[in-house]
Amino acid sequence: MFAESDLNARNKRVQGLFRMLFLMMTVLLIVPVAIILFTLVSKGGGVISIDFLFTNPTDGMTAGGIFPALLGTVWIVAVALLASVPLGVAAAIYLNEYAGDNWFTRLIQLAIINLAGVPSIVHALFGVGAFVIFFGFGTSILAASLTLAIMTLPIVIVSTRESLRAVPQAFREACWNMGATRWQTIRRIVLPNAISGILTGVILEVSRTAGETAPIMFTGAAFFLPFLPQGVFDQTMAMSLHLFVVATQVPGVPEELPFGVALVLIAMVLIMNSISIAFRMYLRGKKKW
Amino acid sequence: MVNPNTNLKVEAEEVPVAEEAPVKLEINDLTIKYGQHTALKGVNLEIREHEVFGIIGPANAGKTSFLKSINRMDTFDTNMSVEGQIKFNGLDIQDLKNIYALRSRIGVVFPLPVGLPLTIYENVALSPRLRGINSKSELDVIVERCLTRAALWDEVKDRLNSLGSLLSGGQQQRLTIARALSQDPDLLMLDEFSIAVDPVTTMRIEDVLKELKKDMTIILVTNLVQQARRLADRTAFFLENECVEVGNTEDLFTGEVKDQRTRDYVEGKFG
Repeated sequence: MFAESDLNARNKRVQGLFRMLFLMMTVLLIVPVAIILFTLVSKGGGVISIDFLFTNPTDGMTAGGIFPALLGTVWIVAVALLASVPLGVAAAIYLNEYAGDNWFTRLIQLAIINLAGVPSIVHALFGVGAFVIFFGFGTSILAASLTLAIMTLPIVIVSTRESLRAVPQAFREACWNMGATRWQTIRRIVLPNAISGILTGVILEVSRTAGETAPIMFTGAAFFLPFLPQGVFDQTMAMSLHLFVVATQVPGVPEELPFGVALVLIAMVLIMNSISIAFRMYLRGKKKW
Repeated sequence: MVNPNTNLKVEAEEVPVAEEAPVKLEINDLTIKYGQHTALKGVNLEIREHEVFGIIGPANAGKTSFLKSINRMDTFDTNMSVEGQIKFNGLDIQDLKNIYALRSRIGVVFPLPVGLPLTIYENVALSPRLRGINSKSELDVIVERCLTRAALWDEVKDRLNSLGSLLSGGQQQRLTIARALSQDPDLLMLDEFSIAVDPVTTMRIEDVLKELKKDMTIILVTNLVQQARRLADRTAFFLENECVEVGNTEDLFTGEVKDQRTRDYVEGKFG
């Protein structure tokens, strides 16, 4: 009764074939990441040391450490977050919790999607025009961070909206039915249950912001600065631009130095991403419904 | 010696007195639409203070829409429009600026329980907190009273700090009822509350409702005509988006009806 017919055998063969195909595609995806990490660690691992992280570059950037660039990236990311997170979260709350579905909100929706699709070099030129020249911030951390903030706003808005949307509508209606205002409902029910997703989005934004080069190279990041930034109106070095510079612009750089810089940069991003993933898993375990 | 027959007669004559109770809700020519679709049309009725007002009728008759319009839930759904007049304590609720105050005086329980993602305690304490009651001792009293009234206290008193949404369906429904009671409402609207509740608990809640009648007006939408008979002072029969008739519950169930369709529905010939 359960003897295998020719058709069964053929189906099983085909099914096995496709399984292999999809598996190979998946493995193929991992290969570039593995190669990148392996190359960086093997070629650049040697230069990493406490001194490398915490001293200034010397000898025309062909020796010494990366401290100004590292600190500059922290500055730029921090100021960008201060600008984009409150703005993005507020916009997402408005769009998801207050605004109805009308032409105005659909227009904003469209704008956000398009903003996400604008190439980073265009953001860079916008940043020069708007922040460096028009607002008169000059090439500074502030101008660079605001440019990055605008570029990453769609990430914050979209991820915040997704987390707000994940809170069931029935909870809101139950709360409204008791006479709660929109804000009371948001504060007591919606935000406490969406905060994990919002924070995850913010962390992802950090890793994106840290790695961007084009938007900051005309707006605030310097080729080389022998001193550390004292405030948001100063220029600064940054990891991503420093990598570009030592890899292509300066003659006589020892081969392992750019790999070391790249390793530090990618480690920063991977650490942020890992925190984000760990955080999400932790909060998923605490899901309340 | 009081003649038992005379006594009965006196009680029977007390019914009209209830009819003179103040009007809690006055519904004039109420029509509810979802886009082009009419959910309820031309409803006229009065609901009096401290009565249990039953609404019976088959699915899709407009019963739930009726409740939604009273709580101004049309503001949640841009597709829903309400025409006509609903007067709550004599005030037209369409003109009310402060619909939050209106909603806070109306407790609503829907067929599917909604346990908010809060602890059991906070589920019941939420409404008092929204009204500005923050003292722990006051909240404790309210939480215990409401959970007891909803026949849930004994089951949850040792785990008030665990999540409400992790309770079983029947318990969550009683939690929802407790939450509605925590509003200290003038009007309690129950929409087929017993769907997710076992029969024993249903009977316990029905006993509770008979008690609550002293403190508030109750609208009871139910698919179980016998539940309406057990609880409701007066009952409305909704059918095909219309209110067919309103009458004393006993009259409806003893055949003293104005419309043949009511008799058929009550006797179980359709529905």
